[in-house]
Amino acid sequence: MARIEDQASLGLAEAELTQAAARRLDRAFRGGAAVFSILMLLVVWELIARSGRVTMFMLPPFTVVAKYIFNDAVSGVLWTNLAVTLYRAMVGFFIAAIGGILLATLMSRVRLIRWFFDPIISVGFPMPKIAFLPVIILWLGVYDVSKICIVVFDSIFPVLTATLAGIATVEKELLWSARNMGANERELTWQVILPAASPQILTGLQVALPIALIVEIVAEMVMGGYGLGGAMMTASRFANSAGVFAGLVEIAVVGFVLIKAMAMLRRRLLVWHQEAAEPTTT
Amino acid sequence: MKSALLRYLPLLLLALLWEALARSNIVDSLALPPLSKVAVAWVGLIRDGDLVDNGAVSLYRLYAGLGLAIVIGGGLGIAMARWRTLDVFVNPLVQLFYPLPKSALIPVTVIWLGFGDGSKILLIFLGCMIPVTIGAYNGARGSEQVLVWSARSMGASRLRMMWDVVMPSALPELLNGIRTALALAFILMVSSELIAAQQGFGYLIGYLGSTGAYEAMYAVVLTVALLGFANDRIYQALMQWLLRWRE
Repeated sequence: MARIEDQASLGLAEAELTQAAARRLDRAFRGGAAVFSILMLLVVWELIARSGRVTMFMLPPFTVVAKYIFNDAVSGVLWTNLAVTLYRAMVGFFIAAIGGILLATLMSRVRLIRWFFDPIISVGFPMPKIAFLPVIILWLGVYDVSKICIVVFDSIFPVLTATLAGIATVEKELLWSARNMGANERELTWQVILPAASPQILTGLQVALPIALIVEIVAEMVMGGYGLGGAMMTASRFANSAGVFAGLVEIAVVGFVLIKAMAMLRRRLLVWHQEAAEPTTT
Repeated sequence: MKSALLRYLPLLLLALLWEALARSNIVDSLALPPLSKVAVAWVGLIRDGDLVDNGAVSLYRLYAGLGLAIVIGGGLGIAMARWRTLDVFVNPLVQLFYPLPKSALIPVTVIWLGFGDGSKILLIFLGCMIPVTIGAYNGARGSEQVLVWSARSMGASRLRMMWDVVMPSALPELLNGIRTALALAFILMVSSELIAAQQGFGYLIGYLGSTGAYEAMYAVVLTVALLGFANDRIYQALMQWLLRWRE
């Protein structure tokens, strides 16, 4: 009898092993396909650019663009522009994140504040706030302050709505038991409500981050000056299309790295929660 | 009625505060013209036809780009969800372009298609396609395999099954993706017109700003903002109507 059971469990273990192997194989296959697709994209780009059907101005070959980026990296221009863009986008994003969470918390606790800001948020959220850019330039000029301001103005709304929604869905039982155990209002907010709302808050931040980047790039393009977007605009003015495509690649890499980092941060911060995975739609 | 008034009272208060600030000498009335003068300028712009002409151009670009993105992006998303080979090879590209700050495409589309409608439509199409594709993909992947099998066993053709089974179950997520795309379309429309255009809302804002006609500039800014808001509200109502069978 014992031998049969042994064999049965052995068979089961074997089946599990092959399943795990199949999954690993599938993942390896998908990874390989991903690398293949991206390489193919670059090869097709290069081939079309060199085929003579399009001019160098319309589409400079990838190798030319890569060399342009390399030269910028060696001369240091790339790092200056990168630092300026990241500085403004990140300062704006953090102000929007902290300000949004604080204001939403205040709104959930003080009825007068809630009454005042509720209609402003519901009307302001779907507005294309980038249209206010010339107004902000009129008030604050074309330097860092106005760029950071438009980033904050645009990216604070998703943080606000997500935090409000998160706070609204905190389970009543949690609040009751915390109060029962003698938590005061401040402890309730910082130790119960905000942690319980953190999955939604992080979703809000994940929506706000790409908006901050999009708006920062537009602000640089409109106002000019340093920064990856500003450099792209300068290149475009001088009909330097290698410079324009180099800017596109650089900005794409920045966006990719920041947004992946944000998703990783979410997984780290929410290991204790079943919603650690990324939201399925954005 | 009274509760709605109470609810939107803060907006009225803001408008009054604006008027009062502008009329007092605390802020420069050039930088912040009174709201009443902005309203007068708005009527003037409507009379000239400036606002209507440029607005029509902008909205044409917006809806053309968004429409293309919905048809092509939605089709691609559903095809990716149903056809594994396509998924394996195209999904990495979607993931690659998803985090791209779409405004970086503005100078590139200008290089390709110039300053007119074409470059704006292409930009809005490219920018909006990714959220629509991802929405359709997630939605169609969630459609229950059992339903697909039973439809096929009852003799539904491939196309018929797509339309009757996969589309309805993909609809909620697809519609959510389109809502994101609608907001993005407004951002890209205004930005690209601010940066490189000879027509449209964004161009008009930039032009009026550069000639110092700030009252008129404010009028156009507010018009665009309210149009964005109204479009979202109308779309939400449409979404609810399309999903009314779900209860």
